[in-house]
Amino acid sequence: MTTYIIRRILGFIPVLIGVTLFTFVLIRAIPGGPFQTEKGLPPEVMANRNAQYHLDWPMWKQFLSYTLGDDVVAVVTGDPEALNGTARGIIRGDFGMSLKFRSQSVMDIISTTLPISAQLGLLSVLFAVIFGIPLGIVAALRQNTWIDYSATFLAVFFLSVSNIVLAPLMIWIFSLTLGWFPVAGWGSKPPFMLGFLPTPNEWNVKYLQYAALPVFALATASAAVVARLTRGTLLQVIREDYIRTARAKGLHERSVVIVHALKNSLIPVVTVLGPIFAALVTGTFIIESFFGINGLGKHFVQSVTNRDYTLLLGVTLLYSVFLLVANLMVDISYAWLDPRVRFD
Amino acid sequence: MAVAELPAAESGIVTRKERSLWQESLHRLRKNKVAVVSLIFIIILVFTSFIVAPFTNVFKDPIAQDLSSNNAVPEWMLFLLPEGAENYATINNDYILGADHLGRDILARTIHGARISLSVAIVASMVSLVIGTIYGLVSGYAGGSTDGFMMRVVDFLYAFPFLIVVILMQAFFKAQARQGAEGLFGWMVNINNSMGGLFFMFIAIALVNWLGLARISRGQVLSQKKKEYVEAAHSIGATDSTVATRHILPNILGPLIVYETLAIPGYIFTEAFLSFIGLGVDPPTPSWGIMISEAAKGIRSFPNQVLIPAIFLSITTLAFNFLGDGLRDAFDPRLKE
Repeated sequence: MTTYIIRRILGFIPVLIGVTLFTFVLIRAIPGGPFQTEKGLPPEVMANRNAQYHLDWPMWKQFLSYTLGDDVVAVVTGDPEALNGTARGIIRGDFGMSLKFRSQSVMDIISTTLPISAQLGLLSVLFAVIFGIPLGIVAALRQNTWIDYSATFLAVFFLSVSNIVLAPLMIWIFSLTLGWFPVAGWGSKPPFMLGFLPTPNEWNVKYLQYAALPVFALATASAAVVARLTRGTLLQVIREDYIRTARAKGLHERSVVIVHALKNSLIPVVTVLGPIFAALVTGTFIIESFFGINGLGKHFVQSVTNRDYTLLLGVTLLYSVFLLVANLMVDISYAWLDPRVRFD
Repeated sequence: MAVAELPAAESGIVTRKERSLWQESLHRLRKNKVAVVSLIFIIILVFTSFIVAPFTNVFKDPIAQDLSSNNAVPEWMLFLLPEGAENYATINNDYILGADHLGRDILARTIHGARISLSVAIVASMVSLVIGTIYGLVSGYAGGSTDGFMMRVVDFLYAFPFLIVVILMQAFFKAQARQGAEGLFGWMVNINNSMGGLFFMFIAIALVNWLGLARISRGQVLSQKKKEYVEAAHSIGATDSTVATRHILPNILGPLIVYETLAIPGYIFTEAFLSFIGLGVDPPTPSWGIMISEAAKGIRSFPNQVLIPAIFLSITTLAFNFLGDGLRDAFDPRLKE
């Protein structure tokens, strides 16, 4: 098991290098630059800015400086001037300064916005699991009854309503018309300490009030996916021989389903939860822009339009790491869910 | 012993009309009411948006602005607006579903916007179906180290954040198109501009979506490759390409079409998302994503402007989901028991 995990983590390295290189090439292939404005800077100023961030270097040198640091560039090229640079390279945890928000480093931006997105994302994953799995179980156990049909319809319905639709409609109905929930303010208003932790005194009501709409808008599609998968696989598993054996032993129907069938049928569910987790925790542009959340999701879009090379590479790498780790967790959990799975 | 071949009906033997696998599936699909209704809805939407809207005068011009009736609301829709809306909204019954902030007819824009969503749905799914199926077919049929290599490539590409790649590609295409280009790319830019920015969206969406299909296609090929009918085809001297395209392909196409139909809502969402963030079709081409993003700013005063494209977007994806589910049940009836 340990060797398996170590091998998998070593396998991350080529993927992350590939992602870095690919993103770097793609974003640099796009015409325009981070300092281009509507009016246009005087050429001298532009040249100075570019020199300051090493954007006047040849591409391979920039990539080297970005990934391994300026001192490595100095060694490789034998150019002592490179030592004046400050880039220490992502290999040493330095993602550089943002080219658009020039007073902040990429790490600063990530560390202020990720907690907000991550908390919202975790709540949404929780929501998806808490509502999705029971809905799927009930639908499967009452197959071809009205319970099954309405659960299935509900799942397809929420699968078909994109959050582009859900977010504005929920704001309109629940906060503007009915006034039950605040329109926006997750992660910024008083109930959050340090920008995201709920303060103890008014924890219960306010925290959930602010979270309700964005979490619902974010999580329903995932809950629908989870419910459909749970139903589908449970229906297959329940016909297997070992379930018949369990029933023949005279086990209670509830323990047959929960102990024997459910654990096995969760494997596909857990498989989709990996990517869902990575996507929700790193923030969603749509939800954040509708609910005015200062999260990480907007940087995935804005860093491209701003040509903020360092920020884009930073958030992309972060997302890839989340995805890889989440998928590793998924694979590890297989062994627990299905005793037949062995790692070697 | 020579027996004259009698048609089944005359011979007195009760037989059922012979049906191929595909006819059998179609027959099952026809019995699924929800799927049939969905299909009819999609056909009507295609007909209205591709034929009625551009070639007749049934709908108004979706681009023409009438600033004297900006944010116009028909009388019957007033109940959707907050109290006191009569004081700020222009009431104009000429617009059945109202007009947007530039006085453009919302009904016309919604119907024309359907064209964008539907063409993305159809073209992107076709392109990724073709690429994915061929890739999987070659990989699975070749087997061995070719298969290993081709699947490693897919695994590797799978690790990329799909949405970021689409955004990057669209940003690249758009910036290139603004800059102007020559040769083949310039020709593509011209096509793209004449389609209101759709062409590059097809490319971007299709290029990142064939991976899943390639995997499924390969898996299907592997399960079919060892079957007797393939061996039979080989033994009568069929070439590899004949076996792959004439024998295996028809047998694996069913599940692939089901998978692709169920992927269509995702393509429609991607289009709406890209248009929402300003990297989709070029304004003033109407698209549901653009309509929602423009109207969302005024949702407090004019919720109807969000509601209409939102309803159309949701019903269309719902229809594709129901159709996909129906196709799946039709092709694999064992799941339904």
